[in-house]
Amino acid sequence: MADTRRPLSPHLSVYKWQVQMVTSILHRATGIALSVGLLLVAWALIALAGGEERFKHFTAFVGSPVGIILLIGWSWSLFYHLCNGIRHLVQDGGYGYEIVQFVRSSWASIIVSLLLTAAVWAYVLTLGAAA
Amino acid sequence: MSAYPKEYRNPLKKARGLGSAQHGVSHWWVQRVTAIALVGLGIWLVTLVLRMLHADYATARALVARPWNAVLLIAFVVTAFWHAVLGLQVVIEDYVHTRWKEATLLMAIKFIAVLATLAGVLAVLRIALGA
Ligand code: HEM
Repeated sequence: MADTRRPLSPHLSVYKWQVQMVTSILHRATGIALSVGLLLVAWALIALAGGEERFKHFTAFVGSPVGIILLIGWSWSLFYHLCNGIRHLVQDGGYGYEIVQFVRSSWASIIVSLLLTAAVWAYVLTLGAAA
Repeated sequence: MSAYPKEYRNPLKKARGLGSAQHGVSHWWVQRVTAIALVGLGIWLVTLVLRMLHADYATARALVARPWNAVLLIAFVVTAFWHAVLGLQVVIEDYVHTRWKEATLLMAIKFIAVLATLAGVLAVLRIALGA
């Protein structure tokens, strides 16, 4: 049981906003989102194995407005978590800890993940228009 | 001879089992190994999904049934759920401080992940083996 009389840290309210705070919490948030998204992958496979009828239920869900919003969220989550995960791995190797590098790589995770998400959905849209 | 201790057991005997269970390093390491595998598998999965856009049921099934696709899908499902369980465990340990709630959540997540992994793998096998 937590002893709440202890002084609690970090005292987030005294910190000035820094991009590294955002990349850190986003890694956790996208990790949790992706874990839920994995259930969708499992559902897709089970539906595909279960026959055309079952698969139609699945595609109807992912093709619905809610499904598409979720897919956009999951695709960005994957790209962000992937980029920032690589950043984590590089830092685990002991590199990139200079403050300038740390801030720059934070922005790189955010920007590259947004670009990749945009690229994938641009591809989906153009293919959808062509089909 | 009042200098004799009342307790004959070596203090180490009591301390054993209370300290680190030595699982921390392997948890950390497996999280990294699965992360590295997921860089490749994650990008590959996105390309597979993009190839499946607008595919009808038979085409989608045939794509999953290809040996390499089936193998990589199984690898993705197993690796990703494993990585997710390890990651969610850290999140729960960070935020849930009531022991029984923590234990229940950890167990629930493991049960769900193992069931979904097995179901997903079985689904791919059924498709690949044409069942
Ligand atoms: C479907 C795929 C994935 C899921 C469901 C997932 C899920 C998670 C979760 C829940 C965490 C815990 C977050 C935390 O403790 O704050 C985590 C951590 C991590 N993930 Fe992933 N992840 C996935 C893919 C990836 C990929 C592709 C990479 C690429 C490098 C990656 C790298 C990492 C790393 C390095 C950590 C540890 C971060 C730390 O120590 O704080 N993950 N992941």
